[in-house]
Amino acid sequence: MSSEVIGTALVSARRSRLADFTRRLLREKPLGTMGGAIILVMVFTAIFADFLAPHDVNQINIFNTLEGPSSKFWLGTDEVGSDVLSRLIYGARVSVIIGFSATALHVVVAVIIGLPSGFFGGKLDILAQRLVDAWMAFPSLLVVITIMSMAGRGTLQLIMVLGVTAGITHSRVVRSAVIATKENVYVDAANALGCTPMRILARHIMPNIMAPIIVIFTITIGSVIITEAGLSFLGYGLPPEVASWGGMLNWEGRNYMEMAPGLAFWPGFVLALAVYGTNMFGDAMRDLLDPRLRQLS
Amino acid sequence: MSIYIIRRLLLVIPTVFLVSLVVFVSVRLMPGDIVDLLLSEQGSVSVTAHREQIEELLGLNVPAHVQYFRWMRGIFLEGNLGQSLRSSDTVTTLVLHRLPVTLELGALALLMSMLAGIPIGIYSSIRQDGVGDYVGRSIAILAISVPHFWLGIMVMLYPSIYWGWSPPIEYVPLTEDPVANIKMMLIPAAILAMILAGQVMRMTRTMMLEALRQDYVRTAYAKGLRERTVIIRHAVKNAMIPVITLIGISFPFLIGGSLVIEQIFALPGIGRLMLSSLEGRDYTTVSGVNFIIAIFVVVFNVIIDISYSWLDPRIRNT
Repeated sequence: MSSEVIGTALVSARRSRLADFTRRLLREKPLGTMGGAIILVMVFTAIFADFLAPHDVNQINIFNTLEGPSSKFWLGTDEVGSDVLSRLIYGARVSVIIGFSATALHVVVAVIIGLPSGFFGGKLDILAQRLVDAWMAFPSLLVVITIMSMAGRGTLQLIMVLGVTAGITHSRVVRSAVIATKENVYVDAANALGCTPMRILARHIMPNIMAPIIVIFTITIGSVIITEAGLSFLGYGLPPEVASWGGMLNWEGRNYMEMAPGLAFWPGFVLALAVYGTNMFGDAMRDLLDPRLRQLS
Repeated sequence: MSIYIIRRLLLVIPTVFLVSLVVFVSVRLMPGDIVDLLLSEQGSVSVTAHREQIEELLGLNVPAHVQYFRWMRGIFLEGNLGQSLRSSDTVTTLVLHRLPVTLELGALALLMSMLAGIPIGIYSSIRQDGVGDYVGRSIAILAISVPHFWLGIMVMLYPSIYWGWSPPIEYVPLTEDPVANIKMMLIPAAILAMILAGQVMRMTRTMMLEALRQDYVRTAYAKGLRERTVIIRHAVKNAMIPVITLIGISFPFLIGGSLVIEQIFALPGIGRLMLSSLEGRDYTTVSGVNFIIAIFVVVFNVIIDISYSWLDPRIRNT
């Protein structure tokens, strides 16, 4: 009975925290709210792409290639006669899937490396940090492109590569958050009570590093989406038949872009809009949850 | 101070070792046998003879650890990164030939991003929450969000369609005609600078806001110093330290960015060497380029760390 009461109280406390957060976002951060709205529209488009797209994405129609905007094809057609708008809509799906999955994986990797490294310290920390140092000496695009050339184009490869690369970099953030949390008196108290290190990690450290984790999550989505597009642009991301924003910008098609500049304009425009939205939202989250992370930019 | 520098330099050794290991192992992990690939492209008939020849040429006929030591010895004792699989030049020659272009592009971009980012950031912080601040911050977020490869494409496409003007794409070396060279580098560098400028601006603003709230700034005002003097001599000087670190860690980013920019503007830099080597599966060149760039980054980080401790005495003593 009593535990039930406490349980309900906890749930309502959690709910009100979320509600409180949303209220603060709406009231204090107009730009962050706009960013959140852009993300919601993008996710909505991604989920309902099948219903929203006016035409089949990979429809080949040699009679109306490189057409300008018309009532049938709102944003015109590309070099094989596919509808640009439909490809943009399906592109949102690709960006959302890769953006969110790779970012989720990145959080897992960052925690797996950063948590023990910060918590146990000592030799483990030194070894892990030297490895992270060595890894960070490689420009991420260079690493990603090298690995992609080995792994071959594809969604799963992209998610793995982008997630692991970003995760190793951000393990530093998790590590320093763990080190800062470890110094708190309640950790000493838990230790004195005889808690196992596992329990301290799970019950005392993890809940207290959630803020930086949420922040690195939101600020990474945008950079993952932009990197994925850059890779597809260079021809190392998704296979050409998949409708993606970066793929639509692929430099192989520059002759077509000269004939129909809209082919180059629209994918980049929606890409910029999506990244702008996630950046604004990420900024607002950071300011509301953990302003100390400003230096991350 | 000197103890700090020595300690920092000693830390370079394990990092360089791990970097070399990462490069070496990642090349080993490449799928498909390189020798098979080269053989199939040549369409050779007497496979066995050729296979042994190629393996010997690439040094693949000895165990992996011996290959690693040979590779390391070549680099550190002879400055030799190996033989390119696609060109008659050594990897060292190829890299040295291409590196100046990328370094020039990166240096120009760095300069531009500082020239744009720092003043706007300072202005934004002084006028916190004013109209100028909002405009400055919006521009910064926009600069971070717009993909630079898209901007590059736009610059290549639209002016040529509407005004018949297009950026020069015939590369002119700096040593041949400095004016023409800078002229053709300016636009690519500006595009590359954009994201960094946005980051520098945001960082400058954040750090300035923090510095302006410090006691020493209040003291400076109380002493009756002019606002100009307080801001420039007291606030900016302190706010710049983290900005320098940001510029330091942006070096790998600039290299990555130039990969894309060089491709669009047809600049013969290290990025294009990398892309063409990947395409041609020229693995010795790929690992050579990765290794050289990583070493550059490591050295750059040491320089930044040391200058950081020189600028901020508090760091030295920790």
